[in-house]
Amino acid sequence: MAYFRSHVLISIDPVCVQKGAYDLIRAFQDELVKQGLIDEIEVLETARIGNPETEGPDLIVYPEGVHYTNITVKDVPYLVEEQFLKGRVAEQFVQETKQTLDEEFSAPRAKEVRVILKNIGEIDPLNIEDYIARDGYMALGKVLTEMTPEETIQVVLDSGLRGRGGAGFPTGLKWKFIRAAEGEPKYMICNADEGDPGAFANRRVLEGDPHSVIEGMIIGAYAAGSSQGYIYCRAEYPIAVQTLKVAIEQARSLGLLGENILGTGFSFDLEVRMGAGAFVCGEETALMASIEGKRGEPRPRPPFPAQKGLWQKPSNINNVETYSNVPQIILNGAAWFASLGYEKSKGTKTFSMAGDVKNTGLIEVPFGITLREIIYDVGGGIKEDKAFKAVQTGGPMGGCLPEKYLDLPMDYEALGKAGSILGSGGLVVMDEDTCMVDIARFFMEFTQDESCGKCTPCRVGTRRILEILTRICDGKGRPDDIDTLRYLCEEINENSLCGLGKGAPNPVKSTLEHFLDEYEAHIYEKRCPAKVCKSLIRFEIIDGDCTGCTLCARNCPVQAISGERRQTHVIDPDICIKCGICEQLCPYDAIEIV
Amino acid sequence: MLKTLEKIPAEDPLNNPEQRKIIDSILEKNKDVAGATMVVLNSLQESIGFISPAMQVYVAKKLEEPVSRVHGVVSFYSFFTTTPRGKHTIKFCVGTACYVGGIEQIIEKAKQILSIEPGETTEDGMITLELCRCVGACSQAPVVVVDDLVQGRVKPNKFPKVIQDIKSEEA
Repeated sequence: MAYFRSHVLISIDPVCVQKGAYDLIRAFQDELVKQGLIDEIEVLETARIGNPETEGPDLIVYPEGVHYTNITVKDVPYLVEEQFLKGRVAEQFVQETKQTLDEEFSAPRAKEVRVILKNIGEIDPLNIEDYIARDGYMALGKVLTEMTPEETIQVVLDSGLRGRGGAGFPTGLKWKFIRAAEGEPKYMICNADEGDPGAFANRRVLEGDPHSVIEGMIIGAYAAGSSQGYIYCRAEYPIAVQTLKVAIEQARSLGLLGENILGTGFSFDLEVRMGAGAFVCGEETALMASIEGKRGEPRPRPPFPAQKGLWQKPSNINNVETYSNVPQIILNGAAWFASLGYEKSKGTKTFSMAGDVKNTGLIEVPFGITLREIIYDVGGGIKEDKAFKAVQTGGPMGGCLPEKYLDLPMDYEALGKAGSILGSGGLVVMDEDTCMVDIARFFMEFTQDESCGKCTPCRVGTRRILEILTRICDGKGRPDDIDTLRYLCEEINENSLCGLGKGAPNPVKSTLEHFLDEYEAHIYEKRCPAKVCKSLIRFEIIDGDCTGCTLCARNCPVQAISGERRQTHVIDPDICIKCGICEQLCPYDAIEIV
Repeated sequence: MLKTLEKIPAEDPLNNPEQRKIIDSILEKNKDVAGATMVVLNSLQESIGFISPAMQVYVAKKLEEPVSRVHGVVSFYSFFTTTPRGKHTIKFCVGTACYVGGIEQIIEKAKQILSIEPGETTEDGMITLELCRCVGACSQAPVVVVDDLVQGRVKPNKFPKVIQDIKSEEA
């Protein structure tokens, strides 16, 4: 491995790419050649660094550890001269340490413990040597040379690792089942179809540390006696697919995948398969149908995948995050892993935090931490210090939890009892300005659209719920609607085949339980307490506060606002489509919703 | 629904020698792969931009599958489209975080500027508007995806520039 005195890590997350990260990489390389530094300084691509607030593109210089942001191609000659020729920091581009190094990047935020995310942003995902330098593939070596498949399964069992896709089934047990199953070949499958809106942890792991997943899969394959694996990745993640393909190729070229791995006689190969935008394919039987090239429709279980899975052969499906835990468990021991976490949920869990919380982004915390700690200590609290209203956990099959559940410890069981699920770890925080009926309607629109149509209760029932919720939001709700909704929720849950149908009513059920007053306000008083539902609100300009700056009139998409410059403007309620743009833009807060 | 290859419309990619070559090479490369249908259709969608009824029949024939099965797969997955798209695509993420973050206002703005609905293409064939499910960039909500680039924290009054940029790039 060549020796470089410094490395420039340039972030290639989607935002930075959009802002010209690849141009920047080329510019750096050209400039380093020009200055004769190309043998001393290496330019690398990395996953997201910095936090979502930064302008981008972001880059970090190691070992100096300086984080620059908002760099353009024309700044490169200056930066190279200052940083690498003169050895000085180019202060004007430095990203404040407070915002980045402490919170998002190398040092995790308060209360975070990083196991799965430990390499993200630290290594070049497209260079296997970076991964190997951080103990990568050590666990694989250990398993293949020192442990039997049975011992490997026992370690994973003892660690208490449970499926991170949401169902929480013990991983070691799954592996035991497939090992015992009759039939060849056996397939090892990775579910990278992270379809829950609001979840992006798997994407970041795949883009930033693909080898941890691959290594976990090879170890799993050894334990299960599998010779072929598939990673099923959703089409919405093109960078992840590309990164995985490169990573697999590199692993193959080093003899870590393919025939006779590390000379031990064990053979296993891996392929990436792409989805095509069907949410239901995250369900394991639908996922396997999709790999087989069919419509992604779920089928009844049993037979379970361990007996009859992909192409009717024994198959094992785990989530991205589950696999990426495995190498760490092997290296550090089952007891170490079991010491993290809480009661029956061991280890750490990533959560994708989004919505009305100050620090959005990916976090990793031990199980057992409370929602309050996550939202207020890690997340920094609610944006603009508004009041917390609800947190939606587990994606569209999860529920909305109100404030009284904030001290709930995060684990599979506790969330289930509260009427929600852990799911893939999406957390969407909602403040007082969110209408819970509207949110329930939003989720139902999603499940209604994504229902594959196989089971009637799910296909028809979700549509009926959506119609009722739309009616309520439009101010046309009927007194018996709440009972009908409750009935439909029960029916759909009981009579659907897969997790999508069974979970589809959860957002409605949980909002009915915790925010019934909002439903009632919509139905009986024709009022939207959060002032969101368009049919139940009106925009008005406050006489006296309006300075007549014309900003609203110029930006109104339907020209509903009129008025002379420096005169109070008026909104014509007949033209207004209640898009809310004027209210957002008004610098004087002169527009109110009534 | 087209069932045979006797009457391929003149403008179909199968009648375009260059595109035909691409289609044939994709089929040749993948026809023996396990679960070939999805792999082939994904590649076709990516390189041709859509999968016409005639192409579906052609794929079925080459993969020795019933046309109904290929069509069933094409119509099941939202990424597969059967009509040509515009030269550029603007996708609006309607995931939870983007919804809470106000993507609806941006869609409204786009509809107003281009006078088309999501799912439609402008008359000049330049821009297609689409809604898509979460692209996993939730911390930057609301998000629009222009061709393959994710643009985060889009504001309604800044959005017209996105369309302007496409137009000026083309001009």
